[in-house]
Amino acid sequence: MKTPLRVEQVEKVFGKVAVLIGVSLELESGERHAILGPNGAGKTTLFNLICGIHSATSGRILLFGEDVSRMSVQRRASMGLGRTFQITNLFNSLTVLQNILLARQSFEPYRFNFCKPLSRYPKLISETEDILQQWGISDKRDKVVSTLSYGEQRQLEVIMALANKPRLLLLDEPTAGLSPSETGSMTRFLRNLDGSITILLVEHDMEVVFSLAEKITVMHYGNVVAQGPAEEIKGNSEVMAAYLGEEPAQHVNG
Amino acid sequence: MDFIVLQTLNGLSFAMLLFLMASGLSLIFGLMNLVNLAHGSFYLLAGYIAVTVVKKSSNFLEGLLVACVVVPLVGILVQKFFLSRHERNELAQVLVTFGFIFIIGDACLWIWGGLPRSLPKPSFLSHSLFLGDIVFPSYRLFIIVVGFLVGLGLWLFLEKTKVGAMVRASVDNPDMAMAVGVNVSTLFTAVFALGTLLAALAGVLGGAFVGVHAGADLDILLLALVIVIIGGQGSLKGAFVGSLFVGMIDNFGRALFPELSLFMVFAPMAVILAVRPQGLFGRK
Amino acid sequence: MKLSPLQVFMLFAALTLLSCPLFLSSYYVGLMTQVLIFALFAMSLDLLVGSLGLPSLGHAVYFGVGAYTAGLLCLKFTNSFWLCLIAGTCSGLILAALFGFLAIRTRGSAFLMITLALAQVVWGIAYKWRSFTGGDDGLAGISLPDLGFPLAVTQTSYYYVVLLIFGLAGLFLTIIVRSPFGNALTGIRESESRMRSLGYNPILYKYLCFVLAGGFASVSGVLFVFQNRFVGPSELGVVLSAKGLLMVILGGAGTLWGPALGAAIITLSEHIISAHIDRWIMILGIVYVISIMFFPKGIVGTIRGRSREDAI
Repeated sequence: MKTPLRVEQVEKVFGKVAVLIGVSLELESGERHAILGPNGAGKTTLFNLICGIHSATSGRILLFGEDVSRMSVQRRASMGLGRTFQITNLFNSLTVLQNILLARQSFEPYRFNFCKPLSRYPKLISETEDILQQWGISDKRDKVVSTLSYGEQRQLEVIMALANKPRLLLLDEPTAGLSPSETGSMTRFLRNLDGSITILLVEHDMEVVFSLAEKITVMHYGNVVAQGPAEEIKGNSEVMAAYLGEEPAQHVNG
Repeated sequence: MDFIVLQTLNGLSFAMLLFLMASGLSLIFGLMNLVNLAHGSFYLLAGYIAVTVVKKSSNFLEGLLVACVVVPLVGILVQKFFLSRHERNELAQVLVTFGFIFIIGDACLWIWGGLPRSLPKPSFLSHSLFLGDIVFPSYRLFIIVVGFLVGLGLWLFLEKTKVGAMVRASVDNPDMAMAVGVNVSTLFTAVFALGTLLAALAGVLGGAFVGVHAGADLDILLLALVIVIIGGQGSLKGAFVGSLFVGMIDNFGRALFPELSLFMVFAPMAVILAVRPQGLFGRK
Repeated sequence: MKLSPLQVFMLFAALTLLSCPLFLSSYYVGLMTQVLIFALFAMSLDLLVGSLGLPSLGHAVYFGVGAYTAGLLCLKFTNSFWLCLIAGTCSGLILAALFGFLAIRTRGSAFLMITLALAQVVWGIAYKWRSFTGGDDGLAGISLPDLGFPLAVTQTSYYYVVLLIFGLAGLFLTIIVRSPFGNALTGIRESESRMRSLGYNPILYKYLCFVLAGGFASVSGVLFVFQNRFVGPSELGVVLSAKGLLMVILGGAGTLWGPALGAAIITLSEHIISAHIDRWIMILGIVYVISIMFFPKGIVGTIRGRSREDAI
């Protein structure tokens, strides 16, 4: 069976520093999986390896059954991998519509066409408008991204990744820097995502994690120290205290 | 056989002159991520200044000294008032240095005119040495020696000194370097001044070697750029190897196929760019 | 029908361009022809600078190659304007395809350095290869172009030919910028890393853009050689490349027609100033440096500072 993601004993060494050591992970289709751990545990590095920004020093990464260890970022994206960035990475001087248009255009056969203006592709534009409407941001259609609030930008980060219709979605700290109410709406937003999309997320906010994740991987100093269903991890007081710095069932104010 | 030995020595002396230029360019590029396109202009300015000073005082050393003080000062002015304003935006800085090619070049044309000038060699280096069957000018030997010494000095500075380590750290992570107390902006100015000093040295030595003429700034800049492209960004070893390569090819090219010598320099550069865009010793 | 001030200006400019031979002497019509030629050159450079944020320091090489090709063809084989135009454009496209392959896989300062070095090599070859290119004497005595239709070739008729080609090229550039391709270029300029994670291959886009820009520049070179009846190494050189950049900055990078305005300003200024002062090049350098330092909407605004992500 081809799972969306399979990370096999992946190691990553930068210079002389081993940032990831023997990390393994497998996601089932439609699963919601969170990666937890203190800063420096290697979470973002793992993300970057999965996306293709860096290549692993050893070990394999398989997307939908294919070994992608040598594949470029864009090829992995074309296989159905989408991601959001920890530091918001949108097209800041373009409008919301233009941002989503670029996301929608990326796999179209005419994306290299330089002889016909965009206005001659009504289907592309209407599909983009549909997406805006689906996520309730049609009113922000013509707003330049840099004028949006931080919370709106974080939301657009996710919508942009979704506009590409990914099968596997990597969310890098989606609630970073959000206020409690914004965190709440983002959590609800993520909960309502289509069940067919497999989601892997890195998060620090425990409340968000436990309301979204079915399975959890805990990392520390580049190693996987615990891996399993969310309830199990939550109930494991040692893991919680040692690596996540708290007693179980305690909420962190995000 | 004698021809080959002679041409090799000639090529080597030209290569060392080029190395003085390329090392300065590579230093600034590798450590500040900035291609100083006015590098050739500083070379030219130093040559002209030395011409004027030596004409008045008949003292080569005095010309060398004055040029090696004035030109780095100009460099510091340019860096402090024009380049450092665009901190972290190296592309904008490169564009600014591009403009200075025209300002300095035309200023030189204005002050010294369009006719080529000669810079007389110092009297103690005006004779030739007898190496076996070959007669070789001592001045060219002098340039070879200077080139090697400068290379050694730079290597020691970068690899073995605390200042060199600070410079390397500042480029990798300026915020972190500042946090541990490194004065990054002063360091960058100092590095730029050092690179310009090397260009000035090359300008005076080269002036006595091949003369000083309008357009020399672009000629030498091109060769220095080719060397940095071949050798790789920020690599002193690359600058050295590249200089040897280009110096030899240019010299043999001129001796054998004068009209196509530039083509012969271009071909290896094109091959490197096609096969290994970061240069022989550059980091990816 | 209400028009914005900008549209009024453009309408006025278009009308002026269409009618100026009626009230200008032949000499000034020639000057206006030059304005159009350099406007096209500047707009071709803006394809790289404005859309992609990639300033090339050697763009004049495509202008010069187009001019030399047309000039050589005219001197040796035929003075058919259209054949020379096709040949000149092809030479520009081919050279850009070759140089683009060498340059486009490098980033930032390295790219600038390489575009300059490649252009200087071609300049050096043109300068030294006397037997083929005439060396620093250039190619002189290029005859009047044969336009193919029974029309006397005068300054005025040639002006209209150039105006027509300029208009068509401008239209084509407009479509390119507004196409899916042009859209992607804008995205690449804004955030290459985001584009990659969306599935785009930035290198291919940059390469294609580079080739197109070279092609348009070579068209302007062909138009130049028949206007000037002479071409020399300076048509390949750094001064012209710098002038092109300045035209883009002054006119506004990424504004499509802005660089054409910049070209008009620079060409006309040069004409007036160099009649009185010898130091035009130094002035060019000074204005250039000032523009980069103090024109935020020019090149500096379009180029991103080095960010951690774009280094990835």
